[in-house]
Amino acid sequence: MNAVIDVEGLRKVYGSTLAVDDVSFQVAPGEIFGLLGPNGAGKTTTVECLQGLRHPDGGHVRVLGLDPWAQRSALRRRIGSQLQESALPDRLKVWEALDLFATTTLSPSNREQLLEQWGLADKRNASFANLSGGQRQRLFVALALVNQPEIVFLDEMTTGLDPAARRITWDLIEAIGKRGTTVVLVSHFMDEVQRLCQRVAIVNHGHVVAVDTPEKLIARGARQLRVLFTWEGEPLAWLESVPHVHHVSQQENQIEIEGDGPVFQHVAAALLQHSIEPTDLRVERPNLEDVFLQIIGKAEEG
Amino acid sequence: MRALTKTTWVELKLFTREPLTVLFTFAIPFVVLFVLGSVFGNAPPNPHVYRGVGTLNYYVPAYVALVVAAIGLIALPVHLAAYQERGVLRRFRASTIPVWSVFGAQIAATFVIEVLASAILVIVALAVYHTRSPQSLGEVIGAFFLGALTFGMIGLFLGLALPARAAQGAGVLLWFVMMQISGPGAPPEVLPTAILRVADATPLQHLVVLMQDAWFGFGWNNGEMLSLLGFLAGATALTIVFARRS
Ligand SMILES: Nc1ncnc2c1ncn2[C@@H]1O[C@H](COP(=O)(O)OP(=O)(O)O)[C@@H](O)[C@H]1O
Ligand SMILES: [Mg+2]
Repeated sequence: MNAVIDVEGLRKVYGSTLAVDDVSFQVAPGEIFGLLGPNGAGKTTTVECLQGLRHPDGGHVRVLGLDPWAQRSALRRRIGSQLQESALPDRLKVWEALDLFATTTLSPSNREQLLEQWGLADKRNASFANLSGGQRQRLFVALALVNQPEIVFLDEMTTGLDPAARRITWDLIEAIGKRGTTVVLVSHFMDEVQRLCQRVAIVNHGHVVAVDTPEKLIARGARQLRVLFTWEGEPLAWLESVPHVHHVSQQENQIEIEGDGPVFQHVAAALLQHSIEPTDLRVERPNLEDVFLQIIGKAEEG
Repeated sequence: MRALTKTTWVELKLFTREPLTVLFTFAIPFVVLFVLGSVFGNAPPNPHVYRGVGTLNYYVPAYVALVVAAIGLIALPVHLAAYQERGVLRRFRASTIPVWSVFGAQIAATFVIEVLASAILVIVALAVYHTRSPQSLGEVIGAFFLGALTFGMIGLFLGLALPARAAQGAGVLLWFVMMQISGPGAPPEVLPTAILRVADATPLQHLVVLMQDAWFGFGWNNGEMLSLLGFLAGATALTIVFARRS
């Protein structure tokens, strides 16, 4: 992989707080890469080290082949950042912000297009202080894109948005990705990461505990498949001996089977053999959230 | 350079959108001058006090220095510390705008405001109270420039080193003490030696004398210039340290 971001053994300490202990991952060009983890995991610190906003205490970091700290001004021209915690002067107007941030960009500015695209055209004369949370986030992303960056860092950009605004934002992030821009998306929302990211690093306590595609991460948790159906007859004790079944439980008229791999197919076949044809036979696959909790939980025990 | 002019322009626009700040900045020196003028008038010079130039004549250049000090010590740090606290500086740092141009814009924008506020003060003093006009305009401009730069740099340091509330407190306190002892309050001839020695350690004292000497045609005061350059160098070093740290 010809990585645009290469992090190896990143470490960052704040006084006595070990914020990032040992973080390693690579991001391929054009990828939407997720950093997923609970609050305080070290995600923001990690991306700040990649953006050249913080000096790492250890490890090797390269972004677009540059050392983010030593070559930060060269890097800034080629990346865009929407920060988790940041603001603009209260009385600065939307168009002024874009105009200001476009001053130092080499490429011809696409300001008007950005205003349109990010739904800010009718807010161009509004002051920063008068924007809603969602509008501010969209303005920050527009500002991050004003220099037509090769990589965009988005840190918790849907936190605090209502569901409709989150969906709109997701579409826009997908649109950025489609243009070939690499996106690093920091989030603690599983649904967001599962929907948008091609690959995800799960971060916990300053460590990367897993890196993979959301599908493969979910497949790891596929041991936890559950097969469910409604049954009102006598107990089906023989289900325990069906291949790939681990455990069978019955609550009132609900049968719940835990198993792995092709457990669903085996259960369905066995039921047919016994002439049982439940119409609500279904399998519940773990989603990223289950897998996440499982991985984080394991790390916690270990 | 384009970034610096653009950020400065934006800062000036932001300033005009704070009507209360604008009012205070431009009205206060004017009000003080008016009170002073009503109390003293422009009494004939007494060689033993007010450096021998007469009360109002003495105060006009001292107030110009005081305006520069007020904006540098209070307005600038409060503004910058708020940027720091609210994450505005982080926003700029993460962008392609060089962070030094944001700092430079603070000094450049306050410079423009100081010029305007001083001009109003001087025009009123000349027109209404017929005070002495500057004997050497070039030297007065030089003193003004050096003073604005020095206090601007001290303001940057305060704004970067302290949280917004503390920056405001420290700025007001420093300014108030200097106003009392460094020349714009009681004239040096009536102040006890101990206080004059403390005043010597304040940048405002040196700016007031440099400005007055230029104004009254006493000649360019190299000693005061060097003292101010010392403060400027110290404040610049501290600003660099704190700009790196944050
Ligand atoms: N500027 C800072 N000074 C001291 N501690 C910090 C600072 N920023 C973050 N931390 C601490 O470092 C840890 C990681 O924080 P952060 O990187 O913000 O995590 P995340 O973005 O995953 O929520 C947390 O324990 C947090 O309290
Ligand atoms: Mg964070």
